[in-house]
Amino acid sequence: MTLHMPPILAYALRRFAQAIPVIILIMIGTFLLLKLAPGDTIDALVGDMGGADAAFIDRLRAEYGLDQPVWVQLWRYMVKLASFDFGWSFVYEQPVSTVLMERLGTTLLLMATSLSIAFTAGIALGAIAARRAYSLTDNLISVLGLVFYATPSFFLSLMLMLVFSVKLGWLPVGGIKTIAAFYTGWDHVWDVVRHLIMPTAALSLIYLAFYLRLMRASVMEVADLDYVRTARAKGAGEGRLMIHHIMRNALLPVVTLLGLQFSTVLGGSIVVETIFSLPGLGQLAYKSVVQRDLNTLMGIIFLCAIIVVVVNFLTDLLYARLDSRIELK
Amino acid sequence: MTFADTEIAPPEPPRYVMFWRRYKRNRAALLGLVLFAIVILMALSAGIVDPGDPLRRAGEPLTPPFINWETPLGTDQLGRDVLSGVLYGARISLMIGVVATLVAIAIGVVIGALAGYFGGWVDDVLMRITEAFQTIPNFVLLLALVAIMGSKIEWITLAIGIVSWTAPARMVRAEFMSLRGREFVDAARNLGVSNTAIIFREILPNALPPIVVYASVIMALSILMESALAFLALGDPNYASWGNMIGQGRAVLRTAPYCAVIPGIAIVLTVLSFSLLGEGLNDALNPRQKK
Repeated sequence: MTLHMPPILAYALRRFAQAIPVIILIMIGTFLLLKLAPGDTIDALVGDMGGADAAFIDRLRAEYGLDQPVWVQLWRYMVKLASFDFGWSFVYEQPVSTVLMERLGTTLLLMATSLSIAFTAGIALGAIAARRAYSLTDNLISVLGLVFYATPSFFLSLMLMLVFSVKLGWLPVGGIKTIAAFYTGWDHVWDVVRHLIMPTAALSLIYLAFYLRLMRASVMEVADLDYVRTARAKGAGEGRLMIHHIMRNALLPVVTLLGLQFSTVLGGSIVVETIFSLPGLGQLAYKSVVQRDLNTLMGIIFLCAIIVVVVNFLTDLLYARLDSRIELK
Repeated sequence: MTFADTEIAPPEPPRYVMFWRRYKRNRAALLGLVLFAIVILMALSAGIVDPGDPLRRAGEPLTPPFINWETPLGTDQLGRDVLSGVLYGARISLMIGVVATLVAIAIGVVIGALAGYFGGWVDDVLMRITEAFQTIPNFVLLLALVAIMGSKIEWITLAIGIVSWTAPARMVRAEFMSLRGREFVDAARNLGVSNTAIIFREILPNALPPIVVYASVIMALSILMESALAFLALGDPNYASWGNMIGQGRAVLRTAPYCAVIPGIAIVLTVLSFSLLGEGLNDALNPRQKK
């Protein structure tokens, strides 16, 4: 290509082009899942109306395009998805996209706080453990990491509830805010924070364990490299050595994991949001399974996929920024 | 060990002896093995130690643990024996874990092997499919599959396998890509060995060690996924499951927290045993990885 554009833009465009086939595959996948499911839109509609005669049902089918060949239906479905039209939710009596957008904020807030806490704490603990490798501190941190890793988030949530809500009475058991209080300004912020403490802890501890273990291994590996020895010989203090010399290289694998795990965190928020009755996408996913609201469920899958693609794109950019050896070609 | 054995030490001990020596060097891995043995014992002893259906009433509802020796770990709000539930739950968890892992590894090996061995457009197509599966959050896809296929235990196991094959597929692909250009593969090809035989007889055995290690991770994740499903009351209601017990224990968390705590500890220890086991296997199978 002779067109000259800044490398970062070219890189972004290339990544975007790579994401398109994946998105199309996901569209086909959700379509197939919808087709596999017993019953279709018309069954739901007719069930909603309380029954109708066969001729009317046939007319409805034709009106919704369900009498067309599968390829035509798939094409129409993909065109609709591409314009973020996920269909109608027969449970909420609203377009699915409206329902999703109402709940997206809560989930993103929960995920952003959980991941940043897991990332920061995991990096800090991992670095500390690596610098004091095989000491009591290291063993303690590593054992803690293993236990966090093995504890399912729903069990952790219940135990947090048992201690902080039932026994101590410090934190509210569920919801995103105190409904009858009508707080405003900073009171409202503080109220939401109090409601989010336990869900965030429950969601972040397992990822904290992942980052901790990876960061520990990574720091230990980087600390053995020649350039670190040179820096130490020059007389750099331990703190400076860690922050300026080791950290930047040791962070690379952790950032990769952050991008890879984002979709797992989205999945984990289903359980946590359901337990703490937070009105987010995860809770919606659970409810739509229970209520057989498949349009909403497929909308969630598609929206999650888009979010994951965007986040992976951002982590790739961050990765390139951290490691100047990577060329944006 | 006899006298002769100690006198004439074989120059090269058999492979399993080396394996065991490397494995036992890691103390945590030994602990993992012990925990794993305990879980297996629990699964085997279900029905012997504590006869009776775990879903049936065994005593007064909400008897605390260590009060009545008929029900040593107490009963839940419907009078079901907690110990019996934990033992039968171990059986179900292990079974789902093993079968789902086999499904995931089988799909992963086939897709990864084809992509890595043939490369080119086959690789492109298969990798896009893998990426699509990786992009959809595992648990969301699992919920969708369960919503469509229903909550029967066979379907749940299959669905867990279907959502967890991507990581092994990528590992197998990477191994195949690095192995396919080696001399022994060229030699086999020149001898006229078919592609299928090269993939499964020549390359796959060499690519297996990291997959075996990763199998322990999938096993742990499958058990966690199944228990999360059961916790949300989307599991198979005809089988005792740790997740389901915790989910039901939630209703009596205030008065009888042991109903949720006991199966919870069982899950934590089981998952812990698999991750420790995995670390030990990694040390034993990939000795060159660590300096």
